[in-house]
Amino acid sequence: MAIDGVFLTLTVSGYMVAMLLHAADFAFGPQSHVARAAVRERELVGAGGPAVVEGAPHPYAAPEVEPSSEPRSRWLLPAALIVTVVAGAAHLATVLARSLEAGRMPWGNMYEYVMTGTLLATAIWLFMAVKKPGVRHLGLFLVLTQVLLTGVAGIVLRKPVAPLVPALDSVWYVVHVGSIITATGLFLVGFAASVMYLIRSGYDAGKRTWFYPYGRLLANAETAERLSFRLHALAFPIWTFGVAAGAVWAEAAWGRYWGWDPKEVWAFISWVIYAGYLHARATPSVSKRTAAWIAVIGWLTMMMNLFGVNIFFTGLHSYGGV
Amino acid sequence: MKPALAFLRNSWRQLTSMRTALVLLFLLAIGAIPGSILPQRRLGETPVQQYFIENPKLAPVLDQLGFFDVYAAPWFAAIYLLLFTSLVGCVLPRLRDHVRALIKTPPEAPKRLERLPQHTVYGTHPTLDFKGWRKVRREHPDGSVTISAEKGYLKETGNLLFHSSLLVILAGVAIGAQWGWNGQRILIEGADKPFCNVLYQYDRPVLGPYVSASDLPPFCLELEDFQASYLENGQATSFEATVNGGQKFRVNHPLRLDGANVYLLGHGYAIEARYTDAAGRVQQVTAAFPDNNDMMASIGVLLFPDANGGDPKNQIGFEGIYLPTAEGASSLHPEERNPRLTLIPWKGDIGLDAGIPQNVYVLDTKRMTPFGERKTLKKGETQTLPDGSKLEFLGTRSFIAISVRHDPGEPIVLTGAVLLLVGLPLSLYGKRRRVWLRLHPDGTAEAGGLPKTDYPGFADEFEKVTRWQSTESFSPSR
Repeated sequence: MAIDGVFLTLTVSGYMVAMLLHAADFAFGPQSHVARAAVRERELVGAGGPAVVEGAPHPYAAPEVEPSSEPRSRWLLPAALIVTVVAGAAHLATVLARSLEAGRMPWGNMYEYVMTGTLLATAIWLFMAVKKPGVRHLGLFLVLTQVLLTGVAGIVLRKPVAPLVPALDSVWYVVHVGSIITATGLFLVGFAASVMYLIRSGYDAGKRTWFYPYGRLLANAETAERLSFRLHALAFPIWTFGVAAGAVWAEAAWGRYWGWDPKEVWAFISWVIYAGYLHARATPSVSKRTAAWIAVIGWLTMMMNLFGVNIFFTGLHSYGGV
Repeated sequence: MKPALAFLRNSWRQLTSMRTALVLLFLLAIGAIPGSILPQRRLGETPVQQYFIENPKLAPVLDQLGFFDVYAAPWFAAIYLLLFTSLVGCVLPRLRDHVRALIKTPPEAPKRLERLPQHTVYGTHPTLDFKGWRKVRREHPDGSVTISAEKGYLKETGNLLFHSSLLVILAGVAIGAQWGWNGQRILIEGADKPFCNVLYQYDRPVLGPYVSASDLPPFCLELEDFQASYLENGQATSFEATVNGGQKFRVNHPLRLDGANVYLLGHGYAIEARYTDAAGRVQQVTAAFPDNNDMMASIGVLLFPDANGGDPKNQIGFEGIYLPTAEGASSLHPEERNPRLTLIPWKGDIGLDAGIPQNVYVLDTKRMTPFGERKTLKKGETQTLPDGSKLEFLGTRSFIAISVRHDPGEPIVLTGAVLLLVGLPLSLYGKRRRVWLRLHPDGTAEAGGLPKTDYPGFADEFEKVTRWQSTESFSPSR
């Protein structure tokens, strides 16, 4: 096994451990149902135990849990973050090892592309987790996505190191793929923030089905929404630049700047959807939740482009090596 | 007349509303999807024909609706033209307003500055430095003085630039479609196989409505050499074609000629063979065999229409498979390390004279009968057919597949893209904000600030701008 394979195993297991710690934090952490149930039980016992009204307490009436009520589980969230840092370091080592072994930028096939994109997402995420402690619970969504993506990359997509095919031998390779990967990493974290916002604001509006009960544990809705907008507002011009750079490259390589190749079609679709998000976000008459749903659809189109197009369609962007 | 006008005005308002624009954006995204799922004519006719065979009922209906050329379909054009109309309807009034705002001075201070999101008071008249702000000083009859300052006009400028550049891109695309042309063909190595830029020499020429055959710039190409290098596992590392006395071009580096660009899209082996019929008449052909896989296993046909006196009943054709590094029925490497040509001979009507369009790399054997055994040849070997006639495998040459293109819309589209990329960050990150300072006749003063867009850092900026700038030693009461 090549050296990057060792680091890859470390990376995926690291994200898995971080995911378990985040999940445990949800279950047993200071704000969890278990902790709250324990508190409620103590209160009931203390009150002499008359009949209780069944059903979930009203969100605003739910007793705020004292930080000291469950001291043993307070280490779970910091531990999850530290493990994410370790996994991120292994992730970086995986990408660097691959890059050194190949002697080029690490995005020559789909395995390398996914690994670099997810590494960027981890870096962006850790930066935000340091800057804004309120969003740290969001880590569950991020590491869950990372386990899935790096896992699929390692198990399904991984190929031995090889030099670039002639079609990729161009300066635009760095410019185009680099900007597309950066934008993808930003969109990924922006997507996670949108999901967090949707769950939290749904919770605030009284929804209690599906994931909505977890909304209580998440950062406040406005913070998540603002974060999501800023990430998308940063990602969108980079994505636009990446697509434009791709068009310049396509002119040199295939003779036309735009040819409705399946990858181009879906890049266009994502661009249109994200443009729709930014417009919706800037329009007061459109609700923030609607805008957030558009961002979620945007990310689905990105995933469609990454996996769907590479696997189901044949086109000129067929370097995936699936 | 009046209701009609009102209807028109209302329709126009509806069309240019943001909600309509959002719906149109979604329709555009959804409308683009079928083009990635269904085979598209612009990417090749064969998959479309395949789809017709597999879905005989559905395909004609889809074809009627333009689903095999989605991006040229009327309904797709309707979506984006409506979207662009909506865009124009939105941009024009905003452009007018923005120009007015740029000409006009910043507006008078609101009566009650303390109601603004940012507010501060001074015990004495401060000296504020509104450097970089557009500002105006107004004196009032009651003796008070107001200073209005505004900043961040670039946001709206960027916004308008972004949306206008989309129109520039659309114009560039339209010009390219009307005045551009392109064609593809195969170019076999050798001075005897030149290609000249005239319409009939192309396999699939596409001419814009305003281009005629005589508009194609005159030039000829002759492939002198083609070099491909590969790794041991067969992965290609470089391709390079040399034409016309040493002019080289390769993938990603097209040959840029005056009025047309030549792109290297593919390559392969062409088979050279000589057929001598029973009467001793000789015909020699060089036929390109397009590759069928990464190891350059190639499939093609050798046609000898002049054999046996050119009698359409007795023409000779061969179906052929060429393996550059043969190992059984497959090729192990794209280079010619152990080249083998396997041929299946047929006799009868090749069908070249019937005028029926056909795939030139597949032998139409409907009016032919097998003529002798399948045989595998090395270079220089000869196969003898039942009537004593002979086929000699002389060798191979390289061929390249090229695309020749001219698109006069390209510089316009590129300009549009650059403008778009300039406008986008300005529009997204720009922040329009206003600050007012009112100097009261009693010696006190107050300042207020209003961000016109989402701007979390405005409090800090307001604090900085309204800080006492005088060199005097006392500080204002706040």
